[in-house]
Amino acid sequence: MDWFAFLFFIEVTIGGLLSGVMYALVAIGFVLIYKTSGVLNFAQGAMVLFAALTFVSLTEQGLPFLAALAITAAVMALLGLTIERAVLRPLANRSPMTLFMATLGLAYVIEGAAQLIWGTAVHRLDLGISNEPFILGGIFISTFDLIAALIAGVMVAALTAFFRFTRTGLAFRAVADDQFAALAVGLRLDRIWAAVWTAAGVVALVAGLLWGARLGVQFALSLVVLKALPVLVLGGFDSVLGAIVAGLLIGATEKLAEVYIGPVFGGGIEGWFAYAVALIVLLVRPTGLFGQKLVERY
Amino acid sequence: MSDIVLQFENVAASYNGAIAALHGISLTLRAGEFAALLGANGAGKTTLLKAASNLLPAERGRITAGQILFRGQDVTRATPDDHIRKGLVPVLEGRRLFKSLTIEENLITGAVAKGRSRAAVAADLEKVYAIFPRLKDRRTSVAGLTSGGEQQMAAIGRGLMADPQVFLLDEPSMGLAPLVVAEIFEALSALNRTTGLTLLVAEQNSAIALRHAHHATVIENGRSVLDGPAADLAQRADIQASYLGGPTPLHPVRS
Repeated sequence: MDWFAFLFFIEVTIGGLLSGVMYALVAIGFVLIYKTSGVLNFAQGAMVLFAALTFVSLTEQGLPFLAALAITAAVMALLGLTIERAVLRPLANRSPMTLFMATLGLAYVIEGAAQLIWGTAVHRLDLGISNEPFILGGIFISTFDLIAALIAGVMVAALTAFFRFTRTGLAFRAVADDQFAALAVGLRLDRIWAAVWTAAGVVALVAGLLWGARLGVQFALSLVVLKALPVLVLGGFDSVLGAIVAGLLIGATEKLAEVYIGPVFGGGIEGWFAYAVALIVLLVRPTGLFGQKLVERY
Repeated sequence: MSDIVLQFENVAASYNGAIAALHGISLTLRAGEFAALLGANGAGKTTLLKAASNLLPAERGRITAGQILFRGQDVTRATPDDHIRKGLVPVLEGRRLFKSLTIEENLITGAVAKGRSRAAVAADLEKVYAIFPRLKDRRTSVAGLTSGGEQQMAAIGRGLMADPQVFLLDEPSMGLAPLVVAEIFEALSALNRTTGLTLLVAEQNSAIALRHAHHATVIENGRSVLDGPAADLAQRADIQASYLGGPTPLHPVRS
């Protein structure tokens, strides 16, 4: 491989890793809820869209960035609380399939509501982050993707610290481990679920802003869930770390495959390649790379 | 009487509105008492204890007749965490530790419901470690990787972290070696003597339970069939034979 081909390879890999962070960002929202309540929240994508639309509409009304951010965060927290209270609590103890169907329906209700309130037009979202690539040792790197990755990194660090060092975080992990035992120990499941849905709402906001700035705020934004699913299968549905590693892996392999294997198929394999990878992983490791293995002595 | 802390009055309960588990159990627990609830597999011990902490609804069960009173209050009117704050603390059958958390983290979860300060929690941890020194050595071990005895001690310790006044234990001897069972019952007896902790212990191992308890109730097929001082029940061989599986056979069959 000559030098330029090598640089190109590195550039594609870095570009892939950075977009992988964006996938992980959406996947983490799923993981938070799945881990603590066993619900695969299909509405996460709709929440991403709802957050982006709310934010962009508020700024278009002339609100300053920070005010719009604060209001949207509050709206997302409220949305999360409402979903937990109105949809999931009445369905507690039902089968996982019932809960999944409920969130599927919820996804459409939220998408519909978002468009009813804010309209169906495509909005441009400018976060004030430069879109100019910078050049490092002959490699083009997208400034936007790099900053997005940093923001995602800070969020993940904050979440990890929260789980490790606070009592609420400890309660989260306990509930994720054994729900009935958590109830018997006196942990308030309803409060924990409310907190988790609030957190998922805020994660959706961060994802919504970054994805919205990248793709434009539009209906298709809710389809980012389709990018998150293979990441979840690969990383395990209950591991934040897994979501990150799998996001990076899928982001990189997807881009590399598109560039190097794509021409063999006539291009356009980026869309389905992640699913092919996820399928193979399912065959070999059904719980994903980092999914919870039973910690037990025999 | 004023010293009655927990009273079961003709309690019947069922799961899913169809599967009846209890058909009328009466039992009275007085303050400071160490009581044993004896019976074979499927007799209804676990259901009865879960009912007392109002944990049945989480498993789609409910009390269908009679009532359970904790300090005169119907237990179904308060949530499980309310009961714990008032001092009625359950330790579930089969330990049910949080397997991916460390032993110490497991113990701390027991104190969360009470919302105590970090200093109070640290002091209580030391108390639990004084009762079960083995847990101190294993404090940073992941609970799922510790032995059955250590897990049972941690489960009891987790309950103690909630500062119980009435402690409901479901089969603390399950699957443990006789020496470990003896150690656990000694610790429970000592707590009962020194702190006045009221205990209701469900057991299949009637020999060890009757040795430590003051009072015992035998249940069979969801009904209470016998009730009396533990010493009297321990004397009567016919009870052993009819309700508690008789004398130990030469070749015990494990279920």
